[in-house]
Amino acid sequence: MNMYRPYTLIAELTYRCPLRCPYCSNPIDYARRQNEIDTNTWLRVFHEAEALGVVQLNLTGGEPLLRDDLELLIEGASKLELYINLITSGLPLSQERLCRFRALGLNSVQLSIQSTRPSESDRIAGAPSFARKRETAHWVKSLDLPLSLNIVLHRDNIAEIADIITLAEELSADRLELANAQYLGWALHNRAALLPTRDQVERARTIAAQARNRLQGKMEVVFVTPDYYAAYPKSCMDGWGRRFMVVNPEGLALPCHLAQTLPGLHFENVQQRHLAEIWRHSSGFNLFRGEDWLPDPCRTCDRRTIDFGGCRCQAFHVTGNAGVTDPACSLSADHYLIENARIETSQLNGTPIVFEYRSAKAIPGRAA
Amino acid sequence: MSCITTRPRLSPKVRLRFDRRTGRYLLLYPETGLDLNGTATEIARLCTGENDVEDIVQRLALIYGDVPSTIIERDVNTFLSALAARGLLQSDMASPPL
Repeated sequence: MNMYRPYTLIAELTYRCPLRCPYCSNPIDYARRQNEIDTNTWLRVFHEAEALGVVQLNLTGGEPLLRDDLELLIEGASKLELYINLITSGLPLSQERLCRFRALGLNSVQLSIQSTRPSESDRIAGAPSFARKRETAHWVKSLDLPLSLNIVLHRDNIAEIADIITLAEELSADRLELANAQYLGWALHNRAALLPTRDQVERARTIAAQARNRLQGKMEVVFVTPDYYAAYPKSCMDGWGRRFMVVNPEGLALPCHLAQTLPGLHFENVQQRHLAEIWRHSSGFNLFRGEDWLPDPCRTCDRRTIDFGGCRCQAFHVTGNAGVTDPACSLSADHYLIENARIETSQLNGTPIVFEYRSAKAIPGRAA
Repeated sequence: MSCITTRPRLSPKVRLRFDRRTGRYLLLYPETGLDLNGTATEIARLCTGENDVEDIVQRLALIYGDVPSTIIERDVNTFLSALAARGLLQSDMASPPL
């Protein structure tokens, strides 16, 4: 099992966030998990991660800017020569603080936007934020830091894709992630309001492909297809416990952002155990590694080394069983559950549905 | 058009880092990186904005004396094109050199 090496550590520094996006990837019950690990524990985690092979560090959340010790964390990670990506909503931030981050070794900034229209961006984010985001983008570029723009696509904003590309060019983004929502956590809760139609997805994909060709070498354009409209699932996290490791705000070491929502799996806390031991020996990390666990039809499928059976969280949250083939796969016996969601969306004919903002009030009856 | 007259320079977002687990170098940039072989590492190191492609080919020829310079030139251009396509070279090399 030591053949696996984590290249990227996703450090979720906090679940706190000034925004309330209805597709947030944090767990539904995030508000009950506010016991954040401290500066020294994070610095030790970075050290142990680097020793284990990690070279990329994503500082994320929630909103990582809400950590008062972000300067110390960037400084510590920089001493370890980690490539440090700050993944942020852009607020609360000042130009001076960003300047400090850069001086301490920050390598790149990924900034989220919710829409190209200020009022719509603020509506989706559930907080006035668009003007600050624009300002942040300018600061990032003026400091000569690479800028990635990330927009989560869903029914209400996917038609804006050409404008989104124009905005990214205006802001001189180096990379644009047009990421369809992953229907887990808050996005699954709000799926009826967020899932686009097939036509919407196809139109967006075509425009994104044209932009990718036109901008090659200047701006990287990444279009993340919603797996609800793909024939096969994504290789979620490049496979369970293969290249990525997440440490959540409480210190749980996980193969993905939501792995702790899977029942019956045991994950360990970095406050109790060395990261290398967790990576190699923790039962939660080993359960879905390799091919031994694979169900039918993955077991004999040629794509098993491409998608590794797909997303375990999607398997559980859609079918109730984390060990089955990702239902997004057209070969899955549970695929009808995905087809039903698509039919439901197409029958809405564009009728808007009110989504529920991420909030501290956990939704009764839902664990994720 | 060949890129003989341009002087490739790595983008500021790129970091070359020794990987002590493999003994090779990694070219890191946002979200990901490239695992470089020896030749690619030498080329990347020479992308300082001071050397043109001909200089780079000549420097590599000193290291790999037994390899015909046409092969070296081809390898250099292929690697530089790959870097340019990923936006990893400065803007004067933004379009693929070939």
